[in-house]
Amino acid sequence: MYQADRVELAHGGGGRKTQQLIKAVFQKHFANNILDQMLDAAIFDIAGSKLAFSTDSFVINPIFFPGGDIGKLAVYGTVNDVAVSGAKPYYMSAGIIIEEGFLLEDLQRIAASMALAAQIAGVQIVAGDTKVVEKGAVDKIFINTSALGVVRAGIALHPAKIKPGDAIIVNGSMGEHGLVIETSRRAFTLATPVQSDCASLLPLAQVMLQFGDKLRCMRDATRGGLATTLNELAVQSGLTFAIEQELLPISPTVVGACKLLGLDPLYLANEGKLVAIVDPDCVDALIREMHLVKGGENTCVVGRVTCDLPGMVELKTLLGVWRVLPMLEGEMLPRLC
Amino acid sequence: MMSNNVGVSEQQFLELVLKAISETADKQLRIMEVCGTHTMAIARSGMKQVLPNTITLLSGPGCPVCVTDVSDIDDACILAGRSDVILASYGDMLRVPGTSGSLTTARISGADIRVIYSSFDALRLAIDNPQREVILYGVGFETTAPTSAVAIEAAIRADIGNFSVLSVHKAVPPILRFLLSDRDLSIDAFLLPGHVCTIAGTCDFDFIAEEYLRPCVVAGFEPVDILEAILMVIKQYQENMPTVEVQYRRAVKARGNTVGRQYITRYFNLADCVWRGIGLVPASGFKIRDEYSKWDARAKFNVSPPRVVAAGCVCGDILKGKKQPPECEYYGVNCTPANPQGPCMVSEEGSCAAFYRYSCLGG
Repeated sequence: MYQADRVELAHGGGGRKTQQLIKAVFQKHFANNILDQMLDAAIFDIAGSKLAFSTDSFVINPIFFPGGDIGKLAVYGTVNDVAVSGAKPYYMSAGIIIEEGFLLEDLQRIAASMALAAQIAGVQIVAGDTKVVEKGAVDKIFINTSALGVVRAGIALHPAKIKPGDAIIVNGSMGEHGLVIETSRRAFTLATPVQSDCASLLPLAQVMLQFGDKLRCMRDATRGGLATTLNELAVQSGLTFAIEQELLPISPTVVGACKLLGLDPLYLANEGKLVAIVDPDCVDALIREMHLVKGGENTCVVGRVTCDLPGMVELKTLLGVWRVLPMLEGEMLPRLC
Repeated sequence: MMSNNVGVSEQQFLELVLKAISETADKQLRIMEVCGTHTMAIARSGMKQVLPNTITLLSGPGCPVCVTDVSDIDDACILAGRSDVILASYGDMLRVPGTSGSLTTARISGADIRVIYSSFDALRLAIDNPQREVILYGVGFETTAPTSAVAIEAAIRADIGNFSVLSVHKAVPPILRFLLSDRDLSIDAFLLPGHVCTIAGTCDFDFIAEEYLRPCVVAGFEPVDILEAILMVIKQYQENMPTVEVQYRRAVKARGNTVGRQYITRYFNLADCVWRGIGLVPASGFKIRDEYSKWDARAKFNVSPPRVVAAGCVCGDILKGKKQPPECEYYGVNCTPANPQGPCMVSEEGSCAAFYRYSCLGG
């Protein structure tokens, strides 16, 4: 019934279909022991230094949105991938593909925004590439960024380190970026404005790294949202991630808007939110430290790791019942009513 | 949230309602909910696990996306494939398979299909693309039919000639009458759709209680709303006094939204309509009135009338509450959320998809 020989938008949703595509095509052809870890950043040694290397492409529409723009997103998105891998990023590249007719003024604005974000994150953009394509060949502007960072000695975050009993924490409310993009794309105005949470996670991640082995693993909960990130961790660790609805920080505006639009906040993208898996004995101390860092003020525990259902995520509903929280199938489509 | 006058917190109220249900539900009772959003709320909250096993909840034809017939998808795909057409569709219609593909596959093959949130998005597309024909794929029940009507009216007033509506809008009361006329229908009571009744009112549903003696309660969408509605249904059933009660009092009036209803009757009349997995249901579809045929994509593009295509799955029986999803031989085998066949698996709200995704743990 479906064309199996074509790439669908759903393959880019960040859910199960994306994973299938990556596995069937890229992992098949690129297979190596670094890539096959499937982490947010590749971790490897060069001449005695442990490095983290990550890349990400940004094709967001609209390019300017409440709380950010494609430039800021392109810097922080890749910085965050390196940061949650336990590294401090130093250098970045930026590949920019521009549609002919694009306003120079907007390009200036985006470049300035990238420069500011890079300055805040303490990285330098040291390599770049510019291409201009015919009108219609891209949607306004696409940006690819890569970042190289150094992993401090003694740090080795990995899903394999997660143990049953570990606490699951997040650094604040979920779904804001995704909702902002959905609503601004549709020119849909909310009475209570929401801003994208687009921000650098580096300061927060650096503080968390002080807890050494007690911090098992971190992820930034971007495309596919918290539900997808937890599902990936569950699969990679072979354990169960049990979270509780009551503990989840989601703003009333996001909850209300999601009901209206037929979206689920747990699957909406975040751009300044991380999930961390932490030794239960030091979770309180870690959260206290995080509360002192910008972007960490609302850190809280949302659940714990068990081994009840290997590879799955469970959600305790407000009725006190546990149910499976599945991975996003394809793209998230707003429901009708 | 929940309106309770008992002076207790919502959580306490919820527990009170649950306790009352457990204490009163001593007879087997099969309740059909006729709203996809109810189905999702029930599944997402894990409600079936906290209800006593005397209460069985069944999902009726309450998701407008999943009851959109294969032939209606095919028509939309054909229209969308025209180079002069932009098809404006609500998001979840895109995955619904027709005979040889969905709007998603049509889009891959080059059709210009835009996801919209509101009928006015489609109108805006028409204004912005005067050289193209913009067709609003009008899907939904009494809830969305007025929005299509309002868009037609705006198009008439502003003389927007490149806009039309492909209506597959459907009415809820006729399908319930159709289901109830099946003597084998194994449903004791109904949870009526809160959103639909907000527009349509409750009067059009009185026949369920009066002629078919089934208790009905119009329910809101929070888990606590649905639980309270279930309790109300149980009481009606036990007292053997079927009527149409409203739990969703904060939104629903007996006559509904009169302006919305007027828009429906001004621009549509009821015509026979094919419901996916069920077949031809008399006077159940909102067809654009002949005097507005200039804005009716069916008339404008000469789309053939509704036709019944045989379905391979047992979705019809599932929608009628005669069968549960796992009783279909396709279920979970060659019909999954990633590769849906029948209507019940298509929408996230569909009976089979909800059952598949949120099958309660250990249950």
